[in-house]
Amino acid sequence: MSMKTSTRQVDGVAIVDCSGRITLGEGSVILRDTVRELLSKGQKKILLNLGDVTYIDSSGIGELVSAFTTVRNQGGELKLLNLTKKVHDLLQITKLYTVFDVKDDEAGAVKAFN
Amino acid sequence: MEPGWADFPGAYFHEFFAMTEQRASYTLDSTLETVDSAEQAACRFAAEAGFGEDEVMQISMAVREAAVNAVLHGNAYDPGKKVKLDFETTGHDLVITIRDQGKGMDPARIPDPLAPENLLKTSGRGIFLIRSFMDEVQINPSQTGTEIKLVKHVPGTSGAGKEASQ
Repeated sequence: MSMKTSTRQVDGVAIVDCSGRITLGEGSVILRDTVRELLSKGQKKILLNLGDVTYIDSSGIGELVSAFTTVRNQGGELKLLNLTKKVHDLLQITKLYTVFDVKDDEAGAVKAFN
Repeated sequence: MEPGWADFPGAYFHEFFAMTEQRASYTLDSTLETVDSAEQAACRFAAEAGFGEDEVMQISMAVREAAVNAVLHGNAYDPGKKVKLDFETTGHDLVITIRDQGKGMDPARIPDPLAPENLLKTSGRGIFLIRSFMDEVQINPSQTGTEIKLVKHVPGTSGAGKEASQ
């Protein structure tokens, strides 16, 4: 299953619902383009909902890091929502779990944006 | 060619089966399709070897990362260079070997992705993930390419239960 994203707005936060595989090639490019497009529109509060992401490889992890730093460097915030066990475990072993602001409740995540 | 392997354009394919051992060997183009196909082959071999769902995912991800290294960093997408992928299931181990025809990778030069100064780098985690997921990892670089050998002990055999190499 290839990567798909769908973006919705909730209280000034762009929630990007991601599904499929974030891997080298198309999946990583779609995520990158989605985040860049939001930033170009001035949307700097971004919540990536990864609940339906079935697989992520090292390239996908790198793309999450890139998205996080790109948004932060532009004065914005990027948080992660609804990690699957696989993605959670990957972020744990790569020590990125504490780098990202990870949430498991959408309403709470939206409120957590400054 | 076995059904399901039509996704390997131009692949040379050999497979041998015996009562307790299985072997397969693939010669693949330096493309992104090879990466996906290598991952799928690893899933199949790992499942047939008796690994559980989590270990199948770990093995297939390790193979995917090794294939990415071979295609991107080793062969650099050179259409004249191939990736050789071998699977062998013995009584105790699943042994996977991936070879490229690049300039040879020096594993000692790979920065530690867990070091604080490297945590926010966008690449450099592939070998770390491979070492995390497999029981044994050997990286053998040479001037004619890099060979990486991955071993996972088959559950329920005398080889299982050892500490993962780091």
